[in-house]
Amino acid sequence: MIDAQTRRLTLWHLSVAFCAFLIACILGFYQVVERSGIFPALQSAKVYFASVSTHGVLMAYVLTTFFIMGFGYYTAATSLKRPIWHPTLAWAGFGLSLLGTVLAAIPLLLGRASVLYTFYPPIQASPWFYIGAALLVVGSWAWCAVMLVMALVWKRENANRPLPLAMYATTLNALLWLWTSVGVALEVVLQLIPWSLGWTQTIDPGLARTLFAWTLHPIVYFWLIPAYIALYCFVPKAAGGFLFSDEIARLAFLGLVLFGLPIGFHHLYVDPEQAAGWKLLHGIGTFLVAIPTLVTGFTVLASLEIAGRLNGGKGLFGWIGTLPWGNPMVLSAILALLMLILGGFGGIINASYALNTMVHNTAWVSGHFHLIFAGTTVIMYFAIAYHLWPRLTGKALYSNHLAPVQLWLWFSGMVLLSTPWHVLGLLGQPRRISSVTYHSLLTLSWQPYELFMIMGGGLLLASAILFGYLLVKTLTHSALQADLDPAYAETPYPHKNLPAWLENFKLWNLIIGALMLLSFGIPIAQFFFLKTYGSTPWGY
Amino acid sequence: MHIDPLEKKWVYIALATIGFFLGVIALTAWIGGIYPPSNVETINPARLHLSEEFAENKLGLKIQPDGSIKVVMVAGRYGFYPRRIVVPADTPITFRFASLDVLHGVHLPMTNLNTMIVPGYIAQVTTKFPIPGDYPLLCNEYCGLGHDFMWSKVTVVDKQTWKHEFGGRP
Repeated sequence: MIDAQTRRLTLWHLSVAFCAFLIACILGFYQVVERSGIFPALQSAKVYFASVSTHGVLMAYVLTTFFIMGFGYYTAATSLKRPIWHPTLAWAGFGLSLLGTVLAAIPLLLGRASVLYTFYPPIQASPWFYIGAALLVVGSWAWCAVMLVMALVWKRENANRPLPLAMYATTLNALLWLWTSVGVALEVVLQLIPWSLGWTQTIDPGLARTLFAWTLHPIVYFWLIPAYIALYCFVPKAAGGFLFSDEIARLAFLGLVLFGLPIGFHHLYVDPEQAAGWKLLHGIGTFLVAIPTLVTGFTVLASLEIAGRLNGGKGLFGWIGTLPWGNPMVLSAILALLMLILGGFGGIINASYALNTMVHNTAWVSGHFHLIFAGTTVIMYFAIAYHLWPRLTGKALYSNHLAPVQLWLWFSGMVLLSTPWHVLGLLGQPRRISSVTYHSLLTLSWQPYELFMIMGGGLLLASAILFGYLLVKTLTHSALQADLDPAYAETPYPHKNLPAWLENFKLWNLIIGALMLLSFGIPIAQFFFLKTYGSTPWGY
Repeated sequence: MHIDPLEKKWVYIALATIGFFLGVIALTAWIGGIYPPSNVETINPARLHLSEEFAENKLGLKIQPDGSIKVVMVAGRYGFYPRRIVVPADTPITFRFASLDVLHGVHLPMTNLNTMIVPGYIAQVTTKFPIPGDYPLLCNEYCGLGHDFMWSKVTVVDKQTWKHEFGGRP
């Protein structure tokens, strides 16, 4: 059994993450209903934008950060087989992040921070919102420190052994998050907080958007890496087989970290404050970061095929039927890969330098990131929760039949929600509106899709409630069960001379630093050479 | 390091696919001259009304001495000014936008007129509209509680009609 400290840490982090998730799902359902315009009594821009801002912050920052921290502590303790280094520091980070969340949640819920989760100036929120967001990030840096120290100490004691794959990926994720969060931290601490407190009169929205773009793309890999850890380290064993290749998995994680960072300008393709050459450079990087994901798709499918054939599957496709479809980990992986393929297609379109203009800031974009984040990533978070819960509580999962039902509900809901969203985007519907007021025939073509989206939202809410129910029931009503091992997948080939450069984190830091300097150096420096004009604060 | 031959093949396929996509993008950019709007040009958002280009009486559609068409618009909560413009189909038109208050985005649905309007910067797009009709010119970035209502109207008419009925006038 894992030590009590680690279990407590992980349980608390995951509980905060999933509480935030449940609240955000309720808000999401309200939004899809309000936005449809089918119920005029519900229409209220004020409530809608407060709700959308809270939904975005809870899903993108609170669910993810707390989940990743909790899962990281579990991974470190189980894969390195040792207790958490300086648990006081870990708890301090937890407390700081939680305090930040509460400080930001109060103005959000009071409608004093209806600036959406991207909080682009010069619309100004309550200073508490920015301070809360900053504390949430600073708290997560404590987690990064614990992960990095644990990995380095283990490496010193095991000089000739590679880090276990799950810990290798977690270490890289901690490194990625430190680099990623610098952009938004600079924006919040140097620009937004002094400006919202009235210490500075004006703000440069161009610089703010550039710094935010620094964070906005790699943050999605911070969210995605735990899902990939489950795909590589848990899924093959749960399916009854082996991991096809440990080495390629390491290269994929490394590729995500290296190429995920210097590419944020694909969010600024149609922004006037950056020049075309820089955008093209970031565009090329954006395509390169697709390669680790293409490789992951192959390796995970190959691992599933090995399992299917070991289970007796024959022929070209026979192994698909012999996979354990009722196992939450395997089912999640299959559904996650399906959504990743669809979402990946959309991502290629968004990344395409010129083609992006057709879809930029349309409903297509919301459809895309719901498919990839709320689909692929969050469904793997569910699988990890089902995997971890019995190991953390010492109790059997409350129902092994309801878990697959919950996952199918989530998948169906997400497909029903995000497919119409993509279509609406192509039909020109903008994202981020609470009602349709354009006196145009075009908007008539939007109406039928709204109905499907409400159905999708309903299924998603039902799935989220069922998920919460299963976790709570496991805690309160389940039978005790025998100790479970962490169940990390094995590979059929033993490690053969894994090159030392894979784990040379100093080298990777230098390379990342050089790449960031190349892709962000001049674009940020230009704001200090150009004659720019700041903006005064505006309400909303 | 052990990399399976099958895996190696897949990596080559992935690299070739990505290389193909990037090649197409590079060709359309360098040969077709297709770039997203990216003119780094600053302006004081608090003094638009006093500027040469964005003062109220200077806004709207202008035919340049060389015959090309330029449209100058100000974005502000909640509209794009002037509120209604008529433009010819199938003709290159250069739009220039500046914001007088917060961040806006502008999109003419079903066309590739789509750009962010960041206060302090001038956004410029040159494009053609192939299909005549009435289009909402809408704001596609959250700009405040009235954001849903931020739209103006663009009417695209065929070249001949435009010349005879609207020639030279917005």
